Amino acid sequence: MNTAREPLFHIVKRDGVPFPKALAIRAAAVLLSLVACAGVIFALTGMNPLEVYSAYLSGAVGTNRRLWMTIRDSATLLLIALAITPAFKMRFWNIGAEGQVLVGGLATAAVMIYGGGAMPTWLLFTLMATCSMLAGMVWGLIPAAFKARYNTNETLFTLMLNYVGMQLVTFSIVFWENPAGSNTVGVIHQATEYGWFPDLFGQKYGLNVLIVLSITVLMFVYLRYSKHGYEIAVVGESENTARYAGINVSKIILRTMALSGALCGLTGFIIVSGCSHTISTSTAGGRGFTAIIVSWLSKFNPFTMILVSFFLVFMEKGAIQIASQFNLNENASDVLTGIILFFILGCEFFINYEVSLRRHGRKEIKGWARS
Amino acid sequence: MGTILIFIQNAIAQGIGILYGATGEILTEKSGNLNLGVPGMMYMGGIAGLIGAFLYENAVAEPVAAVGMLISLLCAFACATLGGLIYSVLTISLRANQNVTGLALTTFGVGFGNFFGGSLSRLAGGVGQISVATTASAYRATIPILGEIPVVGEVLFSYGFLTYLSIAAALALSYFLNKTRQGLNLRAVGENPGTADAAGIDVTRYKYLATCLGGGIAGLGGLYFVMEYSGGTWTNNGFGDRGWLAVALVIFAQWKPVKAIWGSILFGGLYILYLYIAGLGRSMQEIFKMLPYVVTIVVLVLASLRKRRENQPPQGLGVAYFREDR
Repeated sequence: MNTAREPLFHIVKRDGVPFPKALAIRAAAVLLSLVACAGVIFALTGMNPLEVYSAYLSGAVGTNRRLWMTIRDSATLLLIALAITPAFKMRFWNIGAEGQVLVGGLATAAVMIYGGGAMPTWLLFTLMATCSMLAGMVWGLIPAAFKARYNTNETLFTLMLNYVGMQLVTFSIVFWENPAGSNTVGVIHQATEYGWFPDLFGQKYGLNVLIVLSITVLMFVYLRYSKHGYEIAVVGESENTARYAGINVSKIILRTMALSGALCGLTGFIIVSGCSHTISTSTAGGRGFTAIIVSWLSKFNPFTMILVSFFLVFMEKGAIQIASQFNLNENASDVLTGIILFFILGCEFFINYEVSLRRHGRKEIKGWARS
Repeated sequence: MGTILIFIQNAIAQGIGILYGATGEILTEKSGNLNLGVPGMMYMGGIAGLIGAFLYENAVAEPVAAVGMLISLLCAFACATLGGLIYSVLTISLRANQNVTGLALTTFGVGFGNFFGGSLSRLAGGVGQISVATTASAYRATIPILGEIPVVGEVLFSYGFLTYLSIAAALALSYFLNKTRQGLNLRAVGENPGTADAAGIDVTRYKYLATCLGGGIAGLGGLYFVMEYSGGTWTNNGFGDRGWLAVALVIFAQWKPVKAIWGSILFGGLYILYLYIAGLGRSMQEIFKMLPYVVTIVVLVLASLRKRRENQPPQGLGVAYFREDR
């Protein structure tokens, strides 16, 4: 072997990082990404970087209304992230949250349109919630069943189902469009507000936040303290171990995906009934994909997800504000979100590994000779 | 007869963009990297090509179509390669999760395309509609005499050069993977990087090169859409979900570039079939638009049922390789 060449860096896997250090690395990555984003905005608009940050603040939380929009959208993103987390923990790559949310929203809209005003409010809400969860559950169970039975690749199966779901929505829009010929559903029951979330604590989106936060706590308990949560963790670590331990892996896959799909469907209910009051192909709006990143970055911890989803929505709203101020396209927010994600994804390496520069004058590393 | 002819032509026109994406992704996946950033890289390629051509046409008084074509081709390839490079650095060197990184790249790339597509006119000082007709004419030029032969010529020779390049690229990739030493090495890296490493193959280099070049090839799909299909204009989200169809096509073709060629035409046909079936109501059209996705699902399920070894994904697909971890 060639012993003369020594790599420039030594990469050593760390056994464990003390929490403050890991936190410091992540904070550094977020700061760096913010600097990079300000640099990009400066290059595009010539805006003073400090102004950029104040524009961010004003765009995301500057007024009471903006603050609540940020909170509302964070809650939505958070719920999708919570929904897909059990599946991810099981190493089931469900990238079909987008479609599961959509069919949930579709079911809600159907109940809302046909049942609004025809039944008591409590029944309408029960029906909407149940139907949305059932729809999402079916959408999640189809790929799960094939995965459990034939080991069909779930990543691509769930991805394709997104588009099948999207076509179901455009199919329904043909029947529900309002006004005729617009190819959109419009706001459902605008005058009567049948099936709309009521105000809670005087806040329009109070109920959204309450539901999502309760589910956050429940999900934490479910994953951390329940037998189900333990089984999910075992299957995720090693399917073989799970099998030897007498866990029925197929059953766990089906049960977990049913839960995951149902919660995605419920998100569709909250979006349609509690936020937009309409249905379109962009009802999920890519959040099914962003939620995957939220769940992953949070290391599957529901409470960390609150922070991460708030941060991402905050950055998105801020970027949209800057873009509109300069008459630029609001997709700027996706570019900036992408940059931030690259930094955060990259920084995990420095938490898991220790990198040290090659040191000259030391031919051997403590005792063991390089062969 | 006439309708069928037009259908075939349009199916091919729809399929070529997807074929570029699939060819690039096959190259990438053969190295063991599942890059879900294909849609993003295709947007990046498309917009970079447009920007390159636009800057050139604005800078010169009398733009030459061929020069604009070369510039946009280079810009598209370079920008999409850059997307592949971001992915490579994060997943190969920094060992980030492949699925998550790919999705982040798609968010970034699609946003990148739509942002610059929607803001280019404003950033350039309010020039109105962005159009690079001169450059696009080079992409749209067809083969002079052959293209006028009835039927045969119309089906085979009535396209711009990117169409033929895409088929050549797929054939070349097939030859590379199956007939050359480097191709064998690359497949070894994708199947089992540990074994490849032990055999003295530079795993990191192969992964980097395959992923970056794969990104560049995928980017040409976006360029094709902007230049030949749309005639040098940009519509936000106009490219739609074809990037994901490219990922689907890789599975449909079972990681074989030659199968991807006819698969892409089939996908293109399914994509527009609803326009050619008489008597479809608006609602049924929407149902027909599901076809490409449903077909992919069926193929996916069939492949998992039959379990033939040569039709399986590379064994090391989606798994990062750490030499120290063995």
